[in-house]
Amino acid sequence: MIKLDSKIPEGRIQDKWNIHKFNMKLVNPANKRKYEIIIVGSGLAGASAAASLGELGYNVKVITFHDSPRRAHSIAAQGGINAAKNYQNDGDSVYRLFYDTIKGGDFRAREANVYRLAEVSNNIIDQCVAQGVPFAREYGGLLDNRSFGGALVSRTFYAKGQTGQQLLLGAYSAMNRQISLGTVKLFTRREMLDVVLVDGVAKGVICRNLVTGEIEKYSAHAVILATGGYSNVFFLSTNAMNCNATAIWRAHKKGAAFANPCYTQIHPTCLPIHGEGQSKLTLMSESLRNDGRIWVSKIKGDMRDPNDIPEEERDYYLERKYPTYGNLSPRDISSRAAKEAVDDGRGAKGQEAVYLDFRDAINRLGENVIRERYGNLFEIYETITGENPYKTPMKIYPAPHYTMGGLWVDYNLMSTIPGLFVAGEANFSDHGANRLGASALMQGLADGYFVIPYTIGNYLAGDKPSYVKTDHEEFNKAAKEIEDMTNKLLSIKGKRTVDDIHKQLGRLMWNKVGMARNEQGLKEVINEIKELREEFWKNVNVVGDSNDVNQCLERAGRLADFLELGELMAIDALHRNESCGGHFREEYQTEEGEAKRDDENFAYVAAWEFKSVGEWELNKEPLVFENIQLATRSYK
Amino acid sequence: MNTNKLNLTLRIWRQKNSNTPGKFVDYKVSVSPDSSFLEMLDDLNNDLESKNQEPIAFESDCREGICGTCGLVIQGHPHGPIPRIATCQLHMRNFKDGETIYVEPFRAKAFPIIKDLIVDRSAFDKIQQAGGYISVNIGSVPDGNAIPIPKEVANEAMDAATCIGCGACVAACKNASAMLFVSAKVSQFALLPQGQPERYERVQKMVKVMDELGFGSCSNTYACEAECPKGISIKNIARMNRDYIVAKIAKEEVV
Repeated sequence: MIKLDSKIPEGRIQDKWNIHKFNMKLVNPANKRKYEIIIVGSGLAGASAAASLGELGYNVKVITFHDSPRRAHSIAAQGGINAAKNYQNDGDSVYRLFYDTIKGGDFRAREANVYRLAEVSNNIIDQCVAQGVPFAREYGGLLDNRSFGGALVSRTFYAKGQTGQQLLLGAYSAMNRQISLGTVKLFTRREMLDVVLVDGVAKGVICRNLVTGEIEKYSAHAVILATGGYSNVFFLSTNAMNCNATAIWRAHKKGAAFANPCYTQIHPTCLPIHGEGQSKLTLMSESLRNDGRIWVSKIKGDMRDPNDIPEEERDYYLERKYPTYGNLSPRDISSRAAKEAVDDGRGAKGQEAVYLDFRDAINRLGENVIRERYGNLFEIYETITGENPYKTPMKIYPAPHYTMGGLWVDYNLMSTIPGLFVAGEANFSDHGANRLGASALMQGLADGYFVIPYTIGNYLAGDKPSYVKTDHEEFNKAAKEIEDMTNKLLSIKGKRTVDDIHKQLGRLMWNKVGMARNEQGLKEVINEIKELREEFWKNVNVVGDSNDVNQCLERAGRLADFLELGELMAIDALHRNESCGGHFREEYQTEEGEAKRDDENFAYVAAWEFKSVGEWELNKEPLVFENIQLATRSYK
Repeated sequence: MNTNKLNLTLRIWRQKNSNTPGKFVDYKVSVSPDSSFLEMLDDLNNDLESKNQEPIAFESDCREGICGTCGLVIQGHPHGPIPRIATCQLHMRNFKDGETIYVEPFRAKAFPIIKDLIVDRSAFDKIQQAGGYISVNIGSVPDGNAIPIPKEVANEAMDAATCIGCGACVAACKNASAMLFVSAKVSQFALLPQGQPERYERVQKMVKVMDELGFGSCSNTYACEAECPKGISIKNIARMNRDYIVAKIAKEEVV
């Protein structure tokens, strides 16, 4: 059993972070340059942590599998970033952002972490503006806001439909400044394949150089993983092609508990699947729901063109079911409602899709206003589908998007491995069972700019970790294991391609661990994943060599990890006999089909401890709600 | 959805590494018009792997036209014949049955080939590291609304900042000049009040490193703007040149 100590500070929720900041130990400025810190991943969390730690004077090594840190998938976030500025005078506050996030997460997140997130949200906006992030502005020159799902205030800051790009380039530029000053060293085209522990403490990582194939060793006083989420376990998701779970999964196998793996977010507004050759799913920003209305026909099997379906035969099902929040209902609820409509045989032209319609907004505001707000998104839609959304309603359908689960971390963002910190989507910390729109960017930057720089100093000054050189036997042992695994993958020479097996895993996950889950399906899928994993290790064909660029080998290593993680997701979903947020168990629903939580038995974080492949032990961190009363989530 | 498949010949550049000469190799494919160009390559690679042949090395990531990872020269155009999109957004409905399609890597002295269609664009990062930032520390900044910025100015800065760093401008230019890429970042900061303190120093530092890395000079053919997937305007180059001259005449500093 792992001892899960969340290290939540004493005091009122409003004071906890301040008290903690004061109580944390500080590293003498002159000593900071003596410490080495490795950051894996260069997205919002990784790049912002690198910039902040470099500024403080630490020696930072940033490792990314991309050719440039600017490619990290944070770049693709479209809609915006939340902050409790209350610039719109519409009643927002730190407490309201905290409340909305806890409620949005269906009461499965830690109050103290979420409050801190809301608290630093305002600093993030200030920081980004100072870096030259060109946020959208009003005519008077002040910052503009829009609304996102799960909130009744306008607190989302944005830069066209490219907010993630602009925030990432801001963090990238701050990191570049540190690279030029020599505090940050960049290692691109390297994939982290293991974390190295000496006496149970994280001391470095093993990477494969993706150009030469060389296995490289890196050592440090502390390691930060900021490697994103694991939605690509579904094969088809909105994640980038290279997003993977390998870094966090290998750390998990070395002792880092994995929390709430079954909490996955299915995003309601993505483009539907066009065919078997599809490589990924494209997201259409949630911001479209500010002006677009979602509907399906009231008639089953209606094959008419959407423009031929008269008003009275349309079912604006979100507005009907959730009149208060309507089209801005949270993501989990909107996704399930779309699935319900399609399962009822009322999908757009018989397909797995629903309509997102701008007709009324165009009539009310004019095409120019809509073009200014969403022009680039409409262009993306037309490029991909060949249809003009100004004339014909968009067709959308839910797709795997974000993973709330991740490595378990305490209040300091440290995993159950001392010295191993986890930031951004890679950790489980802030979103509970469902993340609200525009909160991922907020969390990534909060962790990197404003949390880890303090807490890592506390670890270094408090624990005084030793520095281990890369010729230590543990480094050699870990490197040897990676070389052996590589050789094994290359020697199987079976009959099935990596993608073929990955697609099969994706279908299993989507059908049985997707938007709706049930006991029977989960029990079946656990066995099916085990069988598929065996099939992989007997019958996959990884072509090419190890000492060269080998993308087939890269994909194979990532898939090997997904084949283990998928099983844990199903085990977690099976054990959680309740519905909450993105985890919907068909057996646990109200008469109206809403998620039915079981706070008495499941108000805890499920932190899984790895024993051996296919075998885990469950550890529970109870969730205590001292400020917000547990209540049934209602958006009606 | 369209069910008529297109039969195409792909003439693809294969090259083991930067030290080995490369050549075009022909592949026959049959593809749905709804498929994207890169999905077609995925399928082809899957076929090659199932025949125990090495797949074609090419890069892509977000497949939404924003990360800048993908970049192929298709029919002689960086990112293909359709303007204003990245390679990953190119769909096969834009091609005709029976066509032969040439697929090559971005070619420039500053972008050495790593393998097949993958090139090394790390020179772009080095230019950004030279000065593509505003020197503010984390935490020591004023309120976000302390400096009002006129909407038009913010929009113009955003248009420059929209550059995805793919390198198509360099690949399109007969001189392999990086002026559009560099000027986009210089302009973003030159337009905004936050960028003023370092404005003239920044342009000198970035241009210096750009020149050192082997990018060519600009001879105003506008090919970069025509091929840019994000429509970055060559007005940015004019703005950068202006700032560079001002810096040289009035404010020369040792950089």
